[in-house]
Amino acid sequence: MKLLLELFLTFSRIGLFTFGGGYAMIPLIENICVTKKEWITHEEMMNITVIAESTPGPIAINCATFVGLKKKGVWGAFAATLGVILPSFIIILIISYFFDRFIEIKWVASAFKGIKIAVGILILDAAIRMILKMKKKPLPIVILSVAFIAMMLINIFALRISTIILMLAAALVGLFVYLIKQSKNKEVSQ
Amino acid sequence: MILLELLLGFLFIGCFSFGGAYGAIPLIREIVLFYGWIEEEKLSYMIAVSESTPGPIMVNLATYIGSTKAGVPGAVIATIAVILPAFLIVIVLTLLLKKLVENGVFQSMLGSLKSCVTGIVLATGAYMILVNCIGSVNTVSVDYAAIIMTVALGAIYFGSKKIIKNGMSPIILIFIAGIAGVFVYGW
Repeated sequence: MKLLLELFLTFSRIGLFTFGGGYAMIPLIENICVTKKEWITHEEMMNITVIAESTPGPIAINCATFVGLKKKGVWGAFAATLGVILPSFIIILIISYFFDRFIEIKWVASAFKGIKIAVGILILDAAIRMILKMKKKPLPIVILSVAFIAMMLINIFALRISTIILMLAAALVGLFVYLIKQSKNKEVSQ
Repeated sequence: MILLELLLGFLFIGCFSFGGAYGAIPLIREIVLFYGWIEEEKLSYMIAVSESTPGPIMVNLATYIGSTKAGVPGAVIATIAVILPAFLIVIVLTLLLKKLVENGVFQSMLGSLKSCVTGIVLATGAYMILVNCIGSVNTVSVDYAAIIMTVALGAIYFGSKKIIKNGMSPIILIFIAGIAGVFVYGW
């Protein structure tokens, strides 16, 4: 029970003090859970980062769930996950009640017109960082370019095509290319 | 039934959002516009608010949208829905299927999927900037102030990466953009 409470409080603190989303949380989680509390090893932290990037959902949730699970099973996972989302849940809930009225004030509306521009730049920046991390091989570059063009057309002409379709198609192409390579490798080895 | 819509919509987002919050934004935008929960403009405001407040951006967006559509129950349902897939996947992966993540078939599909998400995020960012500056296909209106601000803010933000190691924090960019907005669009 004491450990559950400690997991909850520790992750509440992580949730309360990290601005800028999940990626910003990883160094803090590493610092607290690996270095200070020694709840998980550095290698486990690396593994969970890979799992977090390979699975859908918010990265912070993946990390909190993993650490909680390691320390105290499913209930530990629950306590840590609840802890990491609760502070921002309360903050956003409060904001949501006055945001509509707040945005009607002239200078606030103007500020948000400017902020909208910053958001576009931040999303572009996220994409650039993803490109820098990507392997510069023909297949990823082709898939990226096709996805980019398709998504631009979908946006500009407001086409009713889900991004899920693009993602599934890309996954299938990846699988297909992998299987072809595998069968070629077999031929060579025979 | 708005609560059911929120549950399904955010479960869907939770299941298919690869690549962190910004990877998920195109999908969140798609679902939000599909159900007509909030306008596109409000969504980009909320992205900035979520970035500037603590906590995972995706979870913050879910809480906000849930709350504006259906009060506290809506906020609770949307938030749980968006995190549930990640929560369950980690438990299952850790307990049962550790090998799966290293599996060649899985990795090959994931690699292509990530490239695809990267292209989608790039297009979303580019399109948002395009709409800010020259409007959409149906309502073309060139906003010269927005064009100048985009160039200036972009130069400041990307330029800062040359000077400081990780560049300036997004929160500072949002802050500068807000002040610029007040001066350009009036108070």
